[in-house]
Amino acid sequence: MPWYRRTYDWLERRLQLEGPIKDAVLHPVPKSTASWWYVFGSASAVLLVLQVVTGILLALVYSPSASHAWNILQMLNHQVPLGWFLRAMHGWGSNFMVAIVVIHMAQVFLFGAYKFPRELTWIIGVFLLLLTLGMAFTGQVLRFDQDAYWGLAIGASILGRVPWIGGQLVHLMLGGPIINGATLTRFFALHVFILPGTLLVLTGLHVWMVVKLGINEWPMPGRLVRRETYIQEYNELAHKDGLPFFPGAAWKDAYFAAAILLAVALCAAYFGPYGPTGTPDPTIINTVPKPDPPFLWIYTVLSYLPPEMETPFLLIVPPLAIAVLLGLPFVAGVGEKSWWRRPVAVFSVMFLAVCWASFTHLATYTPWSPKMNAWSGAPIPTAFLERRTPLERQGANVFQEKQCRNCHSIGGSGGLRGPALDDVATRLTEDQLIRQVLLGGGNMPAYGSTLSPPETTALVRFLNTLHPNYQPAASDASRAVAGQGGVPSASTVERGNGQHKTQ
Amino acid sequence: MDEKLPPPSPQEQQQLLERDRISRRSFLMNVGLAINGMVGVLLAVPVVAYILGPVMRRREYLTWIDLGDAAKFNPGETKLVSFRNPFTNEWDGETANIPAYVRTEAHGRYTVFAVNCAHLGCPVRWFSESQLFMCPCHGGVYYADGSRASGPPERGLFEYPTKIENGHLFIEAGQMPTLSNSAALRPCSEKSQPTLVKRIAPCPGTDEPTIG
Repeated sequence: MPWYRRTYDWLERRLQLEGPIKDAVLHPVPKSTASWWYVFGSASAVLLVLQVVTGILLALVYSPSASHAWNILQMLNHQVPLGWFLRAMHGWGSNFMVAIVVIHMAQVFLFGAYKFPRELTWIIGVFLLLLTLGMAFTGQVLRFDQDAYWGLAIGASILGRVPWIGGQLVHLMLGGPIINGATLTRFFALHVFILPGTLLVLTGLHVWMVVKLGINEWPMPGRLVRRETYIQEYNELAHKDGLPFFPGAAWKDAYFAAAILLAVALCAAYFGPYGPTGTPDPTIINTVPKPDPPFLWIYTVLSYLPPEMETPFLLIVPPLAIAVLLGLPFVAGVGEKSWWRRPVAVFSVMFLAVCWASFTHLATYTPWSPKMNAWSGAPIPTAFLERRTPLERQGANVFQEKQCRNCHSIGGSGGLRGPALDDVATRLTEDQLIRQVLLGGGNMPAYGSTLSPPETTALVRFLNTLHPNYQPAASDASRAVAGQGGVPSASTVERGNGQHKTQ
Repeated sequence: MDEKLPPPSPQEQQQLLERDRISRRSFLMNVGLAINGMVGVLLAVPVVAYILGPVMRRREYLTWIDLGDAAKFNPGETKLVSFRNPFTNEWDGETANIPAYVRTEAHGRYTVFAVNCAHLGCPVRWFSESQLFMCPCHGGVYYADGSRASGPPERGLFEYPTKIENGHLFIEAGQMPTLSNSAALRPCSEKSQPTLVKRIAPCPGTDEPTIG
């Protein structure tokens, strides 16, 4: 007997792990589950391991101290050999993990895998998703920069909206009255001990149940799940038309895991680590905080909710959404598994995917935010200043100087908060322009107190020139009538065909 | 491999349990569990109190903070200032430096705003030319007096209580203002108000005569 065989036997006689491991790895699974659609669960687990390993490696250097964390991140980026790569792997690993966990969940939902007897596997999966998102948020906090600081401010402000105990919750979350060192240490404890500990235990249970209850078979239209017969049907499928999990199905998991790890490494090497952005100094007001990719969609939702709906939405919808996910296997625990016969399920996934994609896309250019430096950084294109009177040009000056550009684009540059003004004079008459500028309305601030009468006149004269060639300017028919002594003109066409307003 | 001890079969386990159901041993086991339960509860009290430490304070995190000589704030200006939060430690670094806006209408008339947007706490930026505070996150905009101008906020900017002592401007501050602490409870001062602005802003807007 060779030496390695003897060593193995010596160990096995004491550990006795061979039996359980063989049982788990060689258990028969239905042949149909050896599919590329079934690789996302194992890939999530592989990414979890990657995050644990890279996280421990970063913890060798990181220190959760509010006055040092940012400098340590800079040191990791620039001085520790390959520190930047480890940070990048951890950051990109986080993005990939959220994405793969969500894809895994969508696949499992569409394949009806949450139905009997795998209800609890699904429920634990919901908690695994929440924990993964929790890890992503707390991880963003540990990258202690401006985005982290203001992300915490947003989190605290959301908690502050909870009735009665909101104030206490804020102090509990921050570990004190403001965002400071105590906040960072408690998010460190969450990110490094509490959440990953729970994540690993629940992942263990999740995988244990997958092994014990069997991998969900490929759903066939018309093959209904019944509590009385399902286990027997599944066992027949697994034994008569099955194959051992290893290597029959596992080789695809292995290929995909390798591909995912490689993709994370390539993204890390190519795009580099996330930040840190500016120092977490709240007195630096000139900052435009942004959440990490997994939370961009929430950014959009919070911007577009009407003010009066915001608090109810924030407090009711998340618990409701979680309750729906947790309640799903109890409401639809039996019956049809195939997506061919579950149109509501398919359209729900499509709807959510489209919503998520549009919201995330919007958050990449934040049309709801004023462009803070457009007034000083985006000059009005000269085409809009040619053949203007001095008064109109002075109006353009006012337009620029009073930060109108922060919200209104002209010639394709400027903010998107308000409408583009390239052709505003085709929509509003001079009187309407004056009213809009002075009184605001329709989500525009009133400028009555900040514009002097000459400034207002100049500004409105400039805006009044903004009607592109061959487009008639907006006009007030009643004024024309009044100008003719109350007698309507025979035709209004003659006034509509030119570019000049009747004054 | 035959050196392994076979584990007891489920039947054997069941029989052993049945035999011990009512016995001195099972009684002692139950007492042991009860003692552990009591010790657990006893230990949970300090643990929970420790966790709730930041919340269990009797008083709010508020104190009067000196912003310096009041004469340095010029009438008609809104100025960004910063102060060191008193409820902090040395190792909090720059996070303990808290900014605020001081608005001076006339000498003796000061309003001090928190920089945190009343929507979700992002830092609003002051634009003196248009006399507006704009928020970079979700697009909240406020007038010079802190009242809501547009965007998602439900109310005006948070204000710190102020007082003047020995020529110095003091504010009562110390905690991050959110909708649920005392900052939220400050009533808006009643000023005459054009109806249109009043409709869109729950706190009074500008009181300049140019509107309406």
